[in-house]
Amino acid sequence: MNTDDSSWWPMGDGGDKIEGSQATARQTAELLRSVISQQRVPYTNQAGALIDAVKAIGEQLIAANPVELAVGNIVRRVLHIIREEDLSLTTAAIGGLNLSAVSDDENDDDRDGDSTLSAAAVAAAARSTLRPPSLQTLLEDTPVSAAVPQTSSSGGDSEGKSKSADKSSRSRKLKHDVIEAVNELIQDIVTCHEQIAEQAVEHIHQNEVILTLGSSRTVLEFLFAAKEKKRSFRVFVAEGAPRYQGHLLAKELVARGLQTTLITDSAVFAMISRVNMVIVGAHAVMANGGVIAPVGMNLVALAAQKHAVPFVVLAGSHKLCPLYPHNPEVLLNELRSPSELLDFGEFSDCMDFGSGSGSPLLHVVNPAFDYVPPKLVSLFITDAGGHNPSYMYRLIADYYSADDLVVQRRATAGN
Amino acid sequence: MGAQKKRAAAAAAAARVSEDPDDLARQPLQAILLADSFTTKFRPITLERPKVLLPLVNVPMINYTLAWLEAAGVAEVFVFCCAHSKQVIDYLENSEWFSQPNFTVKTIESHNIISAGDALRLIYEQNVIHGDFVLISGDTVSNMSLTQALQEHKERKKKDNNAVMTMIIKKSKPSPITRQSRLGTDELFMAIDPNTKQLLYYEDKADHSKGTICLDKMLLAENPSISLHNDKQDCYIDICSPEVLSLFTDNFDYQHLRRHFVKGLLLDDIMGYKIFTHEIHSSYAARIDNYRSYDIVSKDIIQRWTYPYVPDVKFCGNRATKLERRGMYRALEIEQSRSAQVGSFTVIGYGTKIGSNSKISDSVIGEGCTIGSNVLIEGSYIWDNVIIEDGCELRHVIVCDGVIMKAGAVLKPGVVLSFKVVIGERFVVPAYSKVSLLQQPTVHDSDEELEYADNSSGTVEFSSIQGTADQSNGEMTSESSEAHKPKLGTGGVGYIWSICEGGQEEEWRHSVAPIPEDKLTELSEAMDDDQELVTQDRTALSTSGELISDSNASEGDDNEDSKDDSVYFEKEVEATFLRAVEENVKVDHVILEVNSLRLSYNMTSADCAGAVFYSMMKLAIKTPHSSASELQQNTANIITTWQKLLKSYLLEIDEEIEIILKFEEMCLESAKEFSPLFARILHILYDKDILQEDAILRWADEKEGADESDKVFVRQSEKFIQWLREASEEED
Repeated sequence: MNTDDSSWWPMGDGGDKIEGSQATARQTAELLRSVISQQRVPYTNQAGALIDAVKAIGEQLIAANPVELAVGNIVRRVLHIIREEDLSLTTAAIGGLNLSAVSDDENDDDRDGDSTLSAAAVAAAARSTLRPPSLQTLLEDTPVSAAVPQTSSSGGDSEGKSKSADKSSRSRKLKHDVIEAVNELIQDIVTCHEQIAEQAVEHIHQNEVILTLGSSRTVLEFLFAAKEKKRSFRVFVAEGAPRYQGHLLAKELVARGLQTTLITDSAVFAMISRVNMVIVGAHAVMANGGVIAPVGMNLVALAAQKHAVPFVVLAGSHKLCPLYPHNPEVLLNELRSPSELLDFGEFSDCMDFGSGSGSPLLHVVNPAFDYVPPKLVSLFITDAGGHNPSYMYRLIADYYSADDLVVQRRATAGN
Repeated sequence: MGAQKKRAAAAAAAARVSEDPDDLARQPLQAILLADSFTTKFRPITLERPKVLLPLVNVPMINYTLAWLEAAGVAEVFVFCCAHSKQVIDYLENSEWFSQPNFTVKTIESHNIISAGDALRLIYEQNVIHGDFVLISGDTVSNMSLTQALQEHKERKKKDNNAVMTMIIKKSKPSPITRQSRLGTDELFMAIDPNTKQLLYYEDKADHSKGTICLDKMLLAENPSISLHNDKQDCYIDICSPEVLSLFTDNFDYQHLRRHFVKGLLLDDIMGYKIFTHEIHSSYAARIDNYRSYDIVSKDIIQRWTYPYVPDVKFCGNRATKLERRGMYRALEIEQSRSAQVGSFTVIGYGTKIGSNSKISDSVIGEGCTIGSNVLIEGSYIWDNVIIEDGCELRHVIVCDGVIMKAGAVLKPGVVLSFKVVIGERFVVPAYSKVSLLQQPTVHDSDEELEYADNSSGTVEFSSIQGTADQSNGEMTSESSEAHKPKLGTGGVGYIWSICEGGQEEEWRHSVAPIPEDKLTELSEAMDDDQELVTQDRTALSTSGELISDSNASEGDDNEDSKDDSVYFEKEVEATFLRAVEENVKVDHVILEVNSLRLSYNMTSADCAGAVFYSMMKLAIKTPHSSASELQQNTANIITTWQKLLKSYLLEIDEEIEIILKFEEMCLESAKEFSPLFARILHILYDKDILQEDAILRWADEKEGADESDKVFVRQSEKFIQWLREASEEED
């Protein structure tokens, strides 16, 4: 099958992880789509086969770069999609059976209408036994189950006789539906910036001062969107040491005609009293509403809390992670090269072993990420709208199946 | 500084963003990876496994190089395998490198290649390189971005077809301690044009004792400004144009990349080929040349300078490893006793077991090792499947795969245990010893030894020539006395390779052990001396000070330059003269030879006269004699025989004065026997028309104002001078 996935993976790329999570999410989804389309489906338990295939690849992908949580998120989303589609197909089939038993001689048009309703009802009932119903899935289901009756109607009359034919059509159907849904997911990922940016005008008001840290494409688009709607406001950019992504952001903002002020990270506390709102991007949003964000973010969040400035986090839904940050600085952080802080030529001998005895006296720790606890976050803006941190678990329940969390957690714990 | 650095970082980030897509896609970039270092530094390990497959923080070295090449946008890599080529090829075939999209790895195999030069000639013959290529050896670790260097190289090439190579350099600290402790190599001097970044001078084994380096004065004459650096480190990554390969073919005697090729190009101004440099700042690049740099690069990897090529990021099928606090890397499925202490900057490989009360710090432990209890491991490199029984002590050692250490064995700093050696119970392996299952090879005979067979071709580093010479001396003794009884304690298996005294001197330089205290103080003293030199001598160069070619500086350089040269010149002339005396060569021929020497050393005829005279007097004093008068007689004879030779250089009075001064110097220093005879020999010289009276008188006049001590000989020949004066007055 797809054995070269690890090579496909951008191995240890030095690229921007925060900027890159959208791209990685998309690529992961695309890879899984091709896995699904290449996977041969057996006659029985098609969903299981698909899930196993996706899990096997997903495990490798997650292991390839455990720090990029978006990969795991997308793998789980795809697994969730497979489960949902399977469930709706099964319930539709059951619905079809019931229907054909009850009203055998009704004409096709009526039956279609009825089966749609009953299929949805049965699906909802079946789901409610498995887990709490979610708005998301209910909304998702309507078009899917509307497409379902064709299957059941074609096989409905000859249910017992041509079971295998029905199965094969169902498996093809399942694969088709799953791929459709994954396509939608990819579409969501691609358009997440726009969807988030659409909400900009509701949050940024005239003559406000916005503070941000480092560079995030989501934030950039968000600010541009507000600017395009003729809002005039000013932006303070904290440079985001040690990688100084803020410099790039400032450059782009100025290019679009936004009044921008560049400050050092350590000046955030001094400047925060003039700020109306802090808007930042995130690397990942955890299940408890905590945020994994570029280093220095916790400082900004604390400053914002101290001065009662709203701290708004923008995150595409692919950044929603169903895991809890039990031990973030070890488990989910990434330590980068000390060369971002120090000049190798000047400091290499301070970190030497050869001349001194024992360990070097100078240690350099250069973490890429900070953990911002949920109580410091005022609002999350995702492509599905604005949410309170305490609502995150609910969103996550919409996007992920509980089964996958457990299974994947075993897989990630293996890393 | 801070702002600059930030800007540089931002620029680097920007460059990285725009890295892959357009530029590199146009023409697929090729690379030549030499999977053979053509040196003997890693013996005895390299007898059994090629250097590029040795694990560096539990990953074979070649993977670092290949991973970097792939990330840098290289499309096609030719791996040149020589020593143990089968192993290298097998490894690559089973690795993931052969199945990468957009990255092809091809192997080129040859068995009778003994140097990098030969390898490149062979690759040229195969005609596989079509454009610019990256030349690198398989023991280089880097995370730099090639984009900028490549672009610079291409632009230069467009403007100037002779810009054939761009060398990657990196700043390091200029102090010899840093150099020594970091890389175990000699100091490197480079002269670079600060504007064009052209490399003008390259010297990697400057003589420490002299504290001077020689620059061609043309360098200063031709270039408006040059900066001389001793704070640069050669990364051994070169971007080359295809011409480089043909240059190697044209100059079939080029063997070593740096010593022959680079220096050859720099000296040869006929073809006008130029080499440029590209300095990297925030990224990392280093080559593993010896055990010390193996140690240092491993530590750099653990300290994450090489990010993203670090143990906890998967870049080439390395096992998943988790980074914990204080630089501790732990793979999965480790059995560690609760009482075992694992300290900072330690890597522990998959499936390793560690017993109770063991202490491990600053070390790398491979996969599947079993470590007993109460073991102490410090600053060591333990490869895969090693068994260390209870109570062993290991400090700053390298232990290869499959070694078994029986209980209580102790390894002193600098020990290297090659594959599958067994160390007996409570045996103490002395410091710096190398232990292998194979006996120390006597001569470079078997073809397995290609990896280091280049000793004969003279391409090894200076120190290793010494080393091998010493070793071969030592072998004679070891063969007879100790080789046949492996002294590794009860149950020990393996041979301790002998290092004899001279070798031991060098051992500390290249071993993984920390530099001994006394050597450190020695080095730092040397450094202090250097600094004194700098303060004393205004013309001495500051570490990287830009040197504008003002007259002052160049004169200073010239003086030192010529002083140095004149010593050689004198020796050569003396040798020529003695040969002439022995073989009865005709005077005309001797003149011819001395003239050619004069041209090659760029000397004046006064120098020749001085040198010839010096050799004559030397000969006279060496001729056996019993009394002063006999010596005088000898001298007279010699002067008579060779007066024609001497005269041919005495074109003007200045040269004659030079002779007198030389003679004076000799009498004072090297040939004191002459001092009582000074006046008489002066007279002989006058008689033979070698010295004119004008010269003698002028010499006397010049000496008039000198110190008393300088006047000894003037006094001695006072009568003679007096007589000369009177004679000339009479003539008037």
